[in-house]
Amino acid sequence: MTAAADADLIPARRPPASETGALGWARHNLFSGWLNTIITIVAAFVAYKVIWGALSYTVFNAVWTGTPQTCQDMLGKGACWLAIQDRYRFILFGPFDYDQQWRGALVIFLFVAMVGLSAIRRFWGKKLIYGWVAALAVVLWLMYGGLGLKVVETSKWGGLPLTLLLAFAGIIFAFPLGIVLALGRRSHMPAIKALCVAYIELIRGVPLISVLFMASVMFPLFLPENITIDKVLRAQVGIILFTAAYTAEAIRGGLQAVPKGQYEAADALGLGYWRKMSLIVLPQALKISIPSIVNNFISTLKDTSLVTIIALYDLLNTSKIAFNEPQWRSFFFDGFVVAGLIFFVFCFSISRISIKIERVLDVGHKRR
Amino acid sequence: MATSHDSATITVKPTVPWYRDRNARAIAFQILALSAVILLGWYLVSNTMHNMATRNIATGWSFLGREAGFGISEHVIEYSPADSYGRAILVGFLNTIKVAVIGIVLATIIGVIVGLARLSPNWLVARMATVYVESLRNVPLLLQLIIWYGLIIAMPGPRQAVQMIPGVFLTGRGVYYPSIEAEPVHTWMAVLFLVGIALTWGYARWAKRRQDETGNAAPLLLPALGFIVGLPLVAWLVAGAPLTLGIPELKGFNFAGGSVLSPEFAAMVVGLSTYTGAFIAEVVRSGIQAVSHGQTEAARALGLRPMLVTRLVVFPQSLRVIVPPLTSQYLNLTKNSSLAVAIGYPDLVSTGNTALNQTGQAVECIAIIMGVYLAISLAISLFMNWYNKHIALVER
Repeated sequence: MTAAADADLIPARRPPASETGALGWARHNLFSGWLNTIITIVAAFVAYKVIWGALSYTVFNAVWTGTPQTCQDMLGKGACWLAIQDRYRFILFGPFDYDQQWRGALVIFLFVAMVGLSAIRRFWGKKLIYGWVAALAVVLWLMYGGLGLKVVETSKWGGLPLTLLLAFAGIIFAFPLGIVLALGRRSHMPAIKALCVAYIELIRGVPLISVLFMASVMFPLFLPENITIDKVLRAQVGIILFTAAYTAEAIRGGLQAVPKGQYEAADALGLGYWRKMSLIVLPQALKISIPSIVNNFISTLKDTSLVTIIALYDLLNTSKIAFNEPQWRSFFFDGFVVAGLIFFVFCFSISRISIKIERVLDVGHKRR
Repeated sequence: MATSHDSATITVKPTVPWYRDRNARAIAFQILALSAVILLGWYLVSNTMHNMATRNIATGWSFLGREAGFGISEHVIEYSPADSYGRAILVGFLNTIKVAVIGIVLATIIGVIVGLARLSPNWLVARMATVYVESLRNVPLLLQLIIWYGLIIAMPGPRQAVQMIPGVFLTGRGVYYPSIEAEPVHTWMAVLFLVGIALTWGYARWAKRRQDETGNAAPLLLPALGFIVGLPLVAWLVAGAPLTLGIPELKGFNFAGGSVLSPEFAAMVVGLSTYTGAFIAEVVRSGIQAVSHGQTEAARALGLRPMLVTRLVVFPQSLRVIVPPLTSQYLNLTKNSSLAVAIGYPDLVSTGNTALNQTGQAVECIAIIMGVYLAISLAISLFMNWYNKHIALVER
């Protein structure tokens, strides 16, 4: 082309204002066509109602200062944060010795810190597993006491530390059990395979509450007369046995995704079964199954609330009992809101971490 | 090789000792594992027998025939405290089934709507659906059930009842709604309704075969309506069109007439269906996203209208992805209905637990509870596996 022709070219026009910027975005995403416009208007109305209702209940009409009577006047219109201010120590720590509750706070901090560390890629590796086991040991020491700390009986454990302990200890102990069950289910030995399949399917077929009932009612019958096991420990064992079946299925998914060539290559190198599994297959399989294990963990964390039914003081139960005091009885809803928010923050952030892990490892079966 | 010229046959002696032989080891290992399990089982059973003997706990199933002596607020079949434990547990089981079936239907409806909303091109609708899913999924179901129950029983009493739509009253004692009083002809109508569905199914098969052979599409909607709605309607008209509506009316301190949903049942249904609906929404969304865009484009290129593209191309393919996880959601809902024990809805776990506390026969009662759930789980997964096979893509 000649220079003259170039000069004749009309410079590209900017797109019309209605197609770009906020206006264009709104046109495309909210008001394309009459039906969409109607839907947008209805949805906006509903969203406004919900957001405004939630805000006015929790903020504008909420009672922050005053007496229980102030709360009573606003019952049903605004939250009674006064009750939470009065009872938050019980909600968070349950009947744990009042002057020792800093230990519970430390336990919460430790768990949050470990979750935070686990989300950072630099720390992923074997050391992280040792870190979790060490953290669990420290948590148990902080909760129970001894070695210079006052001993607090497990019957006084409660609140968020108990909920987190049941969930994290549940998944950490279920992990090795799950590996064994998953390997057993993939085994060529019919008796081993049958045992593992029976266990996994039995547990997955029944609700957790029946396992917890079994743990609390039947475990004492199973053991010799002179041995009694602690109520918290019984629930913990029930949760571990339950979680192990689901962890096993997650790991089995990982095992199936490892290409057959890897198994054959390990055989060709002359590795025995255990070396083949621990050096070649499991490292790959576990990496693939991490996202599903994390998702299992979220379920476990939510499911620990079921120990309320067998009368342990977990977060749900403490937020219920905290409002048994006569002057706060009418505001039970606000206690559940707080408990729900705490659960939400934990579960939501862990699910984000799970998505991140999935993206970084790039093992998800995403279709492009 | 030198040996290849040898005429003598070479007998290869096993150079590995028997304990290194793979098969022998496998057998030994299995025997070891099995005996460990059997030993453990024997140890537990003998302990249990001993403990029960010292605590004077009876064993065996004879307690099922004894008088239960406790009342159950809701029952699908006739029940009174004078009935046996066996019947009490059966009543609980039927209550579990009732709440699970209604919950599954509602959860599916909620899940499909929210799942489609998450894929909506409308930004606001998609965002709202996301907020719904994330906020319900990340809070324990038990907490939600307790909140729903607390909210329902905190409603005003019958005298200040909230009238939602004419005839439907929301009170702290449950939801009162108008219902049609039972007539003998209703049984016949129900039978004819089922007959109508069967006829429609047969007709649809015939119509499909005819269309495959001749290319002529037979009308489907009108005959189907005729079979399913028309037949019961004719029966009703023949019987003289009996209709008595029971409408709830305030009499004294409570409502009379109509029917009532108990607060426990209402809380269970609302809690279970909204919670599971959030999970089903994710299943539906990922199922639809799994159908590649090329399929939609190809269908459009063939000249199919958008409705037909969804119905004939996208939906059947996404169903294959949706069904397996949907099954596990149905199973979860059924198992989660066991949380009813926390809010006092008399389901299987609740009645079984009451029986346990009264008789002390923990082993039998927990065995019944677990066995029944296991059977339900197996039944649902068998049915869904059959259905899945039915709709699975037949590949080359």
